[in-house]
Amino acid sequence: MQSFENTFHQYSWTFVHDRIYSVRKADVQRSLHKTKKTIDDFLVLLSPAASDSLEEMAQLTQQLTQKRFGKTIQLYAPLYLSNECQNICTYCGFSMDNQIKRRTLSSIEIMQEAAALKAMGVNHVLLVSGEANKTVGIDYFLKAIKLLRPHFAHISIEVQPLSREEYEAVHQAGVHAVLVYQETYHEEVYKRYHPKGKKSNFAFRLDTPDRIGQAGLHKIGLGVLLGLEDWRVDSFFNALHIDYLQKTYWQTKYSVSFPRLRPAEGIIEPNFIMEDRDLLQLICAYRIWNADLEISISTRENEKFRNHIISLGATTMSAASKTNPGGYVVDPQSLEQFETSDERSMDEVRKVIYQKGYEPVMKDWDTYW
Amino acid sequence: MNTLTIADKTFNSRLFLGTGKFGRLEEMTEAVRSSGSELVTMALKRVDLQSDSDDLLQALQIPDVNLLPNTSGARNAEEAVLAAQLAREALETNWVKLEIHPDPRYLLPDPIETLKATELLAKVGFVVMPYIHADPVLCKRLEDAGTAVVMPLGAPIGSNKGLLTLDFLEIIMEQSNVPVVIDAGIGAPSDAAKAMEIGADAVLVNTAIAVANDPTAMAIAFKEAVIAGRRAYEAGLAASHAVAVPSSPLTDFLLHK
Repeated sequence: MQSFENTFHQYSWTFVHDRIYSVRKADVQRSLHKTKKTIDDFLVLLSPAASDSLEEMAQLTQQLTQKRFGKTIQLYAPLYLSNECQNICTYCGFSMDNQIKRRTLSSIEIMQEAAALKAMGVNHVLLVSGEANKTVGIDYFLKAIKLLRPHFAHISIEVQPLSREEYEAVHQAGVHAVLVYQETYHEEVYKRYHPKGKKSNFAFRLDTPDRIGQAGLHKIGLGVLLGLEDWRVDSFFNALHIDYLQKTYWQTKYSVSFPRLRPAEGIIEPNFIMEDRDLLQLICAYRIWNADLEISISTRENEKFRNHIISLGATTMSAASKTNPGGYVVDPQSLEQFETSDERSMDEVRKVIYQKGYEPVMKDWDTYW
Repeated sequence: MNTLTIADKTFNSRLFLGTGKFGRLEEMTEAVRSSGSELVTMALKRVDLQSDSDDLLQALQIPDVNLLPNTSGARNAEEAVLAAQLAREALETNWVKLEIHPDPRYLLPDPIETLKATELLAKVGFVVMPYIHADPVLCKRLEDAGTAVVMPLGAPIGSNKGLLTLDFLEIIMEQSNVPVVIDAGIGAPSDAAKAMEIGADAVLVNTAIAVANDPTAMAIAFKEAVIAGRRAYEAGLAASHAVAVPSSPLTDFLLHK
């Protein structure tokens, strides 16, 4: 079986760290002006040395994004199916050791939430759950997908890592994209943050995008949880992963998300703080390195940042998100996975995008694929 | 200027437009109007066929403008054929622009699946307009399969690099029995003029207009360039010479007794 592991082990954390922190200004200029960029240029562009060239990077980012994606932003919203979870992730509101009320939506409740999303104009939906394989396993997902399929043009999922066969089944049922974040590529740190549950298996998670690619899904979304470790080093490994996947599963699209650790009930504070300026630099580095990458910005980010990022590399945004199961209508009081920072309605976000001279796109896929 | 006929339709304008990437639908409508184009393509996946008030379709209700649904997003013949059939039902048109690009990065067309889909669709009465590589042999194979036109690329789609495939385009035009529409890579009005000068029957432009600071002004520039290029082609361009030819040193002796 094809696996990212071989590529991954060619780079040590320290080696990548030292390279990033020894980049010089001249390297930044050289990388910025090359016509074909490689993963090494990405490393250069996310270095502290490149931070001084942020305005230039932003200009280039805007130009490249408009050329490839036009002046458009795709909008979607998450639908949280369940907050049951058997993992302990010390930063997550759904963590097993967190004493909260657990809830898994029934079929009727799923349809109630779906109707609320449809009323907001949502046509691309992201299904999210914790990891509780017995109650919220493949059969539950297939049932939910079957229910939702006729009502949404595009369905993606962000659930526990599945087997290749299970990915084939959800693909067959009508899922177009799967999001799975490695959280951190630092193996020891990963083990510290994920002490218990199936998720504690670093290698199984690392191989998950391979299984998704082999199952023929249209799109794979990757990301690291920004705040667990040094974002620069972690992001290099994330890009290395995308680089490998793009070459291996060449028919698949890739998107990257930027979950910055946000406060949630009963969780730890981030170890590494990532400022807005850093996040912008990272987004620009991704865009300049890889013009075709979809860049997704969630409601973890605040209004001001989101308003500006519309014309600075973003291609996809969630809006009006509720991060708790039943959050739209069924049980608005249940516990959230994380606090959203931008609480504007879908219409308000659409208006902001429009005012920036961009078209908010509600539909860019179809049920027949 | 001669008109262009494809299947049952005659076009005064030889500029076709794509409708993606515009920041505002009103801007797109205005650009289409100003361009004088009579054929615009739109991605089926962007259209909500279940709704009677889809934004994009509404914005494309422009007098004298024909809609050309495209299958962008399809990865193989089967998906493209399905999309074309749905378009025929919902939009009441048997015209389809085949875009089959399994590679989501450079959106390069799959020649094998495109040929397969063309065969299937032409057989059941579609007017097929396939987006393809500038491959002269593939063009002839598509003709055999019943394609209405061929749409070779000038450069990678969205790249604005112009006519990088010029030598192959010239072979295609020389050999073709169906109209040749240059589809991708045209970045500047001068590229469009050049394509028309060498004998393309039409060009299709999207990114260069949609992403311009002033899409309407750019649409007018392309309109004029296409007309200029076509006029030059019809007038018969003077041959160009790589070296100056002041006299006939090798054959002058024939004039002397």
